[in-house]
Amino acid sequence: MLTVLRVQKEPFDLATEIAPLTAGRSDIGALVTFTGLCRDEQGALSALEIEHYPGMAEKEIGRVITQAAARWPLEAALVIHRFGVIRPGEPIVLVATVSRHRSEAFAAAEFLMDYLKTSAPFWKKQHGDKAGAWVEAKAEDDAAAKKWRG
Amino acid sequence: MKALYFAWVREQIGLAEETIAPPPHVKTIADLVAWLKARGENYEAAFGNGRQIRAALDRVHVKPDAAIGPAKEVAFFPPMTGG
Repeated sequence: MLTVLRVQKEPFDLATEIAPLTAGRSDIGALVTFTGLCRDEQGALSALEIEHYPGMAEKEIGRVITQAAARWPLEAALVIHRFGVIRPGEPIVLVATVSRHRSEAFAAAEFLMDYLKTSAPFWKKQHGDKAGAWVEAKAEDDAAAKKWRG
Repeated sequence: MKALYFAWVREQIGLAEETIAPPPHVKTIADLVAWLKARGENYEAAFGNGRQIRAALDRVHVKPDAAIGPAKEVAFFPPMTGG
């Protein structure tokens, strides 16, 4: 399986990132991508500042990709997660999964996102009206990750 | 061992990392939290405010009852909010 895993400060371009995942392949039927964007709440947010644990962030994302590959027959998996200052409208995270059939690629992409949110060591701080406020973890994110167990 | 702090845990303690030498009776993550809390008001503020804190040993998530053992790096941080 082709794996791409990057934790970076710079923005990314969706088309550029996904092109190598299917290049030269004629046996692939599905490419699913998810892009998480920095969302403003009615003009209250000027930017998000994302802190991460270097080393562990890559390790946790790698572990989640390994779990996804064990559950579904994937031809490729990509995760890019940014850190640093990110403005509303900019991308934060990109997940892409490639498989022969669509159901595996859809499921694996959702699994990757659900687990990344609860296990990859990243923390969001808000700048703007709520300056200095750390984003609180949400119970529904834990619930989303738990639905894949058992 | 090296101790790392992230997000509001880092802000309340006032340090991103430090070297710590806990005494032999500190065997688990919960023991370590209790020992750190007694080190000063900033640690008390970070660990004693009733908010949830997670821990990792050598970059692997662990529960409070996990044995520290020969780990070289411990990290404390709030529940993750990436993605």
